[in-house]
Amino acid sequence: MRTRNLRPIPLAVLNYILLAIVALIFLIPLYWLFSSAVKPSADIYHWPLTWFPTHLDWGNFAAAWNAAPFDDFFVNSIIVTVIGTVLKVILATTTAYAFVFLRFPGKNVLFIVMLGALMVPGNVTLIVNYLTVSKLDWVNTYAGLIAPGIASVFGTFLLRQHMMTLPLEIVDAARVDGVGSIRLLWSIVMPMSRPVLITVALVAAVGDWNNFIWPLIVTNTTNMRTLPIGLAYLQDAQGFNNWGSIMAGTVMVAVPVLVLFFIAQRYLVAGLTQGAVKG
Amino acid sequence: MTQAAASAPVAPSRDGAADAKKRRRRRNRRDYAIFLAFVLPNFAFLIVFAYWPVVYNFFLSMSSWNLIAPNPVFVGFQDFIGIFTDPLFRQSLWVTVIFTVAVVAGSIVFGMLIAVLLNQKLKARGFVRTLVFAPYVLPGAAVATIWLMMFDPHYGVSRAFFALFRANSPAWVTDSHWALFGIIIVYLWKTIGFCAIVYLSALQGMPVDPYEAASLDGAGRVRQFFSMTIPLLSPTTFFLLIMTVVSTFQAFDVIAVMTAGGPGGATTTLSWYIYQEGFKAFNIGYAAAGSVVMFIILIFLTIFQSIYVGNRVHYQ
Repeated sequence: MRTRNLRPIPLAVLNYILLAIVALIFLIPLYWLFSSAVKPSADIYHWPLTWFPTHLDWGNFAAAWNAAPFDDFFVNSIIVTVIGTVLKVILATTTAYAFVFLRFPGKNVLFIVMLGALMVPGNVTLIVNYLTVSKLDWVNTYAGLIAPGIASVFGTFLLRQHMMTLPLEIVDAARVDGVGSIRLLWSIVMPMSRPVLITVALVAAVGDWNNFIWPLIVTNTTNMRTLPIGLAYLQDAQGFNNWGSIMAGTVMVAVPVLVLFFIAQRYLVAGLTQGAVKG
Repeated sequence: MTQAAASAPVAPSRDGAADAKKRRRRRNRRDYAIFLAFVLPNFAFLIVFAYWPVVYNFFLSMSSWNLIAPNPVFVGFQDFIGIFTDPLFRQSLWVTVIFTVAVVAGSIVFGMLIAVLLNQKLKARGFVRTLVFAPYVLPGAAVATIWLMMFDPHYGVSRAFFALFRANSPAWVTDSHWALFGIIIVYLWKTIGFCAIVYLSALQGMPVDPYEAASLDGAGRVRQFFSMTIPLLSPTTFFLLIMTVVSTFQAFDVIAVMTAGGPGGATTTLSWYIYQEGFKAFNIGYAAAGSVVMFIILIFLTIFQSIYVGNRVHYQ
């Protein structure tokens, strides 16, 4: 029998108290977000604080929708996220495949050159990328929103690590049989890489959905803004005297990511923490 | 050796070898072509949007430009002299350092403690684990908005919290004494979960034997934490340091939404300074010079951490 099982009771109690404190620290702001989004303003502007809404007021959502063009924000965010993610996954997959299965002189050096891009801090590239995009006449367009973000280093890295573990014989046999690279990639390598592909896609999607600084810089009309910028716009439009509708707007921005997170937590956590665990 | 083999007098095998060589060469050539087709698009985007910006940014940091004039004008080190004599820039460096040190230290310490807690066999720990990580995936703009309301001195949770101690809530975002502290709290709330989950997966991969041996030797839990857990986690700490320093140093969305660098520059970080100079004042030279400073600091920190901290890390 292990000594750890004979833990004295007070320690267990202490553990649960600590666990409750940690849970509350992370739960209260989230609870405050969702509850305020459905509180009537009499409940919000009330002291002592109203922890439970006296009745549910869905009007906050209508108010937010009327104060800012949330339909445009949603369309823009979805387009940018979906197209950006698909392109990024395609680039990451083809690049990883080429580095693992195809011969090319000096490809390992090339791979290190590619990894070097991880050292470039994103905020350092903002000014020049803006100049490049404006030279291409892409300011305030979907192309301008999407293009600078689709190159993939981290996704390529994850996929390459995974593809190197695939049994080489299957791939070689297929190639001897004259199966072309694209078909091989599509019908053998990609199905065998499903979990990693999901991880790469989810990390890319969350990154695109949450992105703030680039859409802020590259768009300049309200109808081209994405949701996070739209949220800032809503605050300006509402001032701070309408927390209900501001929180309703925040719910609309946050819920899609939260849903994705709860459905695919395993993949997302794996992807987001992998860089740290594996270096 | 190869020459001897090639000049061997057996004709058919030589033909066969030549054939194989030709086939291989053809296959290689096909490989090269597909390799390029598969890799070039990704590389093209990397070169245009990651490598070229660094190079051209160095040039811009030595020129003066307002985006309206047809071309940047070379001015040497004028921009660097300009920003280093700008009190707001010097303050922004200081603010960035305080902010980064506080957030990185806080999320590593609390992240490790929470991971140790979640590593105990407790009921509902799976739920708490999910809860702790959730803020990390939320959009920064949403997190900032949530906390703006939490911090509302009249109708926010902050008022209830301070009322517990019979005190008034500070005006977090409009009081220059509190604004940076407020931003640090929000960013900690967003980042701790990331560190906690990374530490937790490291803890779960750790051997139990040393702990059992230590328990038998009479080492208490606190002692075990300091003399075993912390050293054993040091490779993880090292990676978390690099990751969180680089991301915290560039924090932008939370600041943009909560304080817009204010009040009075109290939360103007280097990123906010660059944004203001580049995209509000259209002072491209200053913004590029600020970017160069950021680039050099982050590259230096990453290399420094890799060499010095990396050497002292305890690897199993």
